[in-house]
Amino acid sequence: MADAKVFITLKEGILDPQGKTLLRALRELGYDEVEDLRVGKYMEVKLTGGDAGTLESRLGEMCERLLANPIIEDYRMEVDV
Amino acid sequence: MKFGVVVFPGSNCDHDCHYVIREVLGQDVDYVWHGSTDVRGYDCLVLPGGFSYGDYLRTGAVARFSPVMKAVEEFAAAGGYVIGICNGFQILLEAGLLPGAMMRNTGLKFVCRFVDIRVETTSTPWTNSAKVGEVLSIPIAHNEGNYQVPPDALEEMKRRGQVVFRYSSPEGSVLPEFCPNGSNENIAGICSREGNVLGMMPHPERASEAELGSSDGLVIWNSLLAHCGASV
Repeated sequence: MADAKVFITLKEGILDPQGKTLLRALRELGYDEVEDLRVGKYMEVKLTGGDAGTLESRLGEMCERLLANPIIEDYRMEVDV
Repeated sequence: MKFGVVVFPGSNCDHDCHYVIREVLGQDVDYVWHGSTDVRGYDCLVLPGGFSYGDYLRTGAVARFSPVMKAVEEFAAAGGYVIGICNGFQILLEAGLLPGAMMRNTGLKFVCRFVDIRVETTSTPWTNSAKVGEVLSIPIAHNEGNYQVPPDALEEMKRRGQVVFRYSSPEGSVLPEFCPNGSNENIAGICSREGNVLGMMPHPERASEAELGSSDGLVIWNSLLAHCGASV
């Protein structure tokens, strides 16, 4: 069994309409220290079977094929066996 | 010609497309269930608008793994005609049948209204009966129509004449203020290198009869029929 975390973020240079809106809203609330804000996705994945290396490479494949869209998104994984 | 309208769970423009193809164009048409793996016998497949699989994760991301999509990919690779409208376009992008990706509209709002789009090329099966620079009034209805593509891929698409429609003024000026969603270079529709696959956010099936406010979408259907030598 392994608990994995997947973080999906927009690639640099891709405009993030949600992030821009939240940034503006925070500034309107007086949080002038907010320099930039980008919205991403966080997923918790329970995995079973296989060693850490296999699980991690399989999870990477899942990210490439479905969980992230490599044209606009990057992903990062943490796998705790 | 024989058309197949693919029905995904959550498609909601499938009946509109079926109606236009049968009643307005007078062509043969079937519904093709997303679980089907056989698309033999069709000349053109339509991926209609809607919210396939609830738009979970990303629009079209789950639908592109429907059993039917493998058949659609093979059909397209063999030169079959495929048109993806709105959610259908999003599915074609996720499936890699067309380049690029969709993001949320920059205004973060679902935009549902008539827009003007300029025909950028008539060298496609979908626009051969139009004129270059002709402006079509066709409605959009989407929340994720902000088309993004890496700059080098965009340059190549432009070189190959794959940019088919751009959002414009009624007179045909392509300026950022006429873009409803933030798309790269006002792009509203693109085709594959070979031209047989078209993806567009505006809904030609909602603009195929004057009674509905515009019949400008007909030029797309009629171009395909002319290209295929179909009897109307």
